[in-house]
Amino acid sequence: MALMIGIPRETAAGEKRVATVPEVVEKLIKLGFKVAVESGAGDAANCSDDAYRAAGAEIIVGAPKLWAASDIVFKVSVPTKEEVGLLREGGNLIGFIWPAQNPELMQQLAAKKATVLAIDCLPRMLSRAQKMDALTSQAGVAGYRAVIEAANAFGRFFNGQITAAGKVPPAKVFIAGAGVAGLAAIGTAAGLGAIVRANDTRAEVADQVKSLGGEFVKVDYEEEGGGGGGYAKVMSEGFQQAQREMYAKQAKEVDIIITTALIPGKPAPRLITAEMVQSMKPGSVIVDMAAERGGNCELTEPGKVVVKHGVTIVGYTDLNSRLAKQSSTLYGTNLFRLTEELCKTKDGIINVNMEDDAIRGLTVIKDGVVTWPAPAPKLPPVSAKAAAKPITAPAAHGHGGGGAPASATKTAVIFGIAAVLFLLVGAYAPAAFLGHFTVFVLACFVGYMVVWNVTPALHTPLMSVTNAISSIIAIGALVQIAPPLMFGLDRPDGWIRWLAVLGIALTAVNMFGGFAVTRRMLSMFRK
Amino acid sequence: MMTASLATVSYIGATILFILSLGGLSHPESSRRGNLYGMIGMAIAVLATVFGPRVTMAGLPWIIGSMVVGGSVGLYAARKVQMTQMPELVALMHSLVGLAACLVGFANYIDPIAAANLSSAEKAIHEIEIYLGILIGAVTFSGSIIAFGKLSGKIGGKPLLLPGRHFMNLLGLLVVIAFGYQFLHSESVSAGMIGLTVMTVIALLFGIHMVMAIGGADMPVVVSMLNSYSGWAAAATGFMLNNDLLIVTGALVGSSGAILSYIMCRAMNRNFISVIAGGFGTGGGTPAKASGDAQPAGEVVSISAVETAELLREAKNVIIVPGYGMAVAQAQHTVYEITQLLREKGVNVRFGIHPVAGRMPGHMNVLLAEAKVPYDIVMEMDELNADFPDTDVSMVIGANDIVNPAAQDDPTSPIAGMPVLEVWKAKTSIVMKRSMASGYAGVDNPLFYKENNRMLFGDAKKMLEEVFVALKA
Repeated sequence: MALMIGIPRETAAGEKRVATVPEVVEKLIKLGFKVAVESGAGDAANCSDDAYRAAGAEIIVGAPKLWAASDIVFKVSVPTKEEVGLLREGGNLIGFIWPAQNPELMQQLAAKKATVLAIDCLPRMLSRAQKMDALTSQAGVAGYRAVIEAANAFGRFFNGQITAAGKVPPAKVFIAGAGVAGLAAIGTAAGLGAIVRANDTRAEVADQVKSLGGEFVKVDYEEEGGGGGGYAKVMSEGFQQAQREMYAKQAKEVDIIITTALIPGKPAPRLITAEMVQSMKPGSVIVDMAAERGGNCELTEPGKVVVKHGVTIVGYTDLNSRLAKQSSTLYGTNLFRLTEELCKTKDGIINVNMEDDAIRGLTVIKDGVVTWPAPAPKLPPVSAKAAAKPITAPAAHGHGGGGAPASATKTAVIFGIAAVLFLLVGAYAPAAFLGHFTVFVLACFVGYMVVWNVTPALHTPLMSVTNAISSIIAIGALVQIAPPLMFGLDRPDGWIRWLAVLGIALTAVNMFGGFAVTRRMLSMFRK
Repeated sequence: MMTASLATVSYIGATILFILSLGGLSHPESSRRGNLYGMIGMAIAVLATVFGPRVTMAGLPWIIGSMVVGGSVGLYAARKVQMTQMPELVALMHSLVGLAACLVGFANYIDPIAAANLSSAEKAIHEIEIYLGILIGAVTFSGSIIAFGKLSGKIGGKPLLLPGRHFMNLLGLLVVIAFGYQFLHSESVSAGMIGLTVMTVIALLFGIHMVMAIGGADMPVVVSMLNSYSGWAAAATGFMLNNDLLIVTGALVGSSGAILSYIMCRAMNRNFISVIAGGFGTGGGTPAKASGDAQPAGEVVSISAVETAELLREAKNVIIVPGYGMAVAQAQHTVYEITQLLREKGVNVRFGIHPVAGRMPGHMNVLLAEAKVPYDIVMEMDELNADFPDTDVSMVIGANDIVNPAAQDDPTSPIAGMPVLEVWKAKTSIVMKRSMASGYAGVDNPLFYKENNRMLFGDAKKMLEEVFVALKA
């Protein structure tokens, strides 16, 4: 029996996203599920009921009917009390839960005997989990939007231009925190042509900043800031002091500051003080992406745009909803990847496999039993196999060519054998033979030198042309066919003639065929 | 009629032209002129001989007659042959050179003029030259015929492994030496004929046996080795006839073939002796599976032609790695159409050629050239391997062992240490294959199980045509 996936309309204020989009609905149906969408669920994200219907979803009017019909509910924002009330007894729910911040919600869900997968609890270190990482996908969208908001509030170009009216300097953008959102912001701002600087307490992100076209600004203080799981941690007092000085300096220089600094489970760190805002040039912009958690800037007012000391401070908390279609598409894809993991059999039935590290981490309530927090996932041990040295091809044997020179003993042995052979030849062979032998040895060396220069692409033509050239053996047959008569010798003319004629015919095949086919091949090589 | 000196000078000119001909192949631009040099050189050599002091006018009708017959057969074959059949044609041509060397050797032995006025030491050397010339010629002849049969599928590709084959070869060698002794000490031509004939039969059998024992994947080595032999046969004939032009040309061809064999062996990280000894590339059997934990982890993800087209359309950098499967399916033209379409869309498409891809050295290059793929986007393995990390899609068409990561990270693999194209470093790799069967080396390919790898199952040509249609849509 295929399960029904339900997509309710989001009820939180200002939430424009939807948990899946029509393109993803098709894929879910391919996995064997049925999909029901509440009428109007995608309106704010430009996904009409018709589009969902065309993708194969059933449209249900009214939240209560939808929740009642759904075996699995996909949500975006944290469910409200009313929504939990609508959830079917023993039903399944997938979406953002934030169990640490919402203990009450957890109680209610557990009371419903529900199975709940919190997408925010995904173990992010598992490389397998990246495709389901909704925090990352949403942060990326928000980082992009933050730059767009900044550009909107900023009164000048981002890129430097030289116009007929004069030179316009490029905007200077400083980005605090180079997590996913910060990196997306760096890429977007650099793409618009601004000069981008960024800072993060984790020194290892410097390369990522540079790769996106930003410049990494270091804090002049030694301390490692990685807090595990790819998040930052609270830093020491000495570091914070040095950091404040750096921020104060940047605030005087730059036109736009975008802050993204968050520490898990703690209020956002205060990075930008009122004095720093005051020191900024009039017309500057601050986008505080941490506004929801108190803000990185002292003067931020969450959810609002305010102008203080001539600086526009953007404190929107709904950056994702301001790019609803994109956010929804990415979020929907994350949930689809998760569904794939839950339904490996592709028959429309989910299996919450608690042995699977990723699924275990996501599952915060299983059949009414709270399973959060999950034990730290067993990271795959750094296996000996991975550490095994790559095998390098052994040095080339025999005649050197491109390879390393042969070892001294080997060279000595080869030269020794050659010397003995030459001595033997010199001792016994007649003079006429030696002349030919000289020619032969020299020709071998000439051939060796010439052929190493042949490009590998032309190896087949090389073979066919050498083939044609080796038909030079025809000369051997030619001189036998009718040599000037020598008196007094009994020559079996008939036999020799027929052998020679056959020889000439065979080599003529090669001679003409070989050159002709080489010509044909070479004429095909073109730029 | 030309004097002897004039003929010799013409031979020197021909020699130089042959060297220039090979030198011209260092670049596609100059290669056409190189081929022309070869033709001129050959024409000079033949004309100088025919009108030289050693041929009387009585032979002219015979010469013209046989030349016309042989030449027209050759031209017809050159026009009709398909580029995928080049290895067969080349093998067949080697056999002709070998046979011609045998015939010239026999004719020379029964010709009393050749041995007239020779001292006893000179006569001994002359006879050794005849003996060796026929030996090499016969091995080349029979070996090439078998290689032709294997390449054209008339004989199965599996190596034939007779019990005690090395012992048999050794015995053959001893018999050949013994009869050589008898041959040198025979009083008359008819007495020497016995030794010569026995040796020829053994040489023919040896040639057959040698190539029969070599597996399909080692064919590039065999073809280039036979190329080398045909050169040595020509050189031996030159010694026999006291002709420097033949010696030089034979040596050029011989060393060219030897270098090619060496390059092929290096590209497979195999020893030349072990290739010739045969037995590699058994195909069937239960390889890799035995090594337990080496069994690649992960699952095989298949992909459709439409999805492939989508991936290609969104890519910026694409590398196509063709193998023998592309030649078998005759898919090179469709590959070109896809390439052209992608290039028009601004996608950077390049081809990565492994030295032993196909059945003879440079086989893939010729096929791609035939399909009009410009040669400046066809790269060698070493030129391209560093670029895979920046590549969005790498597409493997009918190749297996040359893209096997086990060669680099599994020391127990039979192909460990063989240089391979690192397609798995691209963001996505797509492998086109008919089924999950292993390659000629019979080694399981961990590439198929990699997370970023997709399999496009089906006949290469048919699937590529579907991809092309989807791309155009």
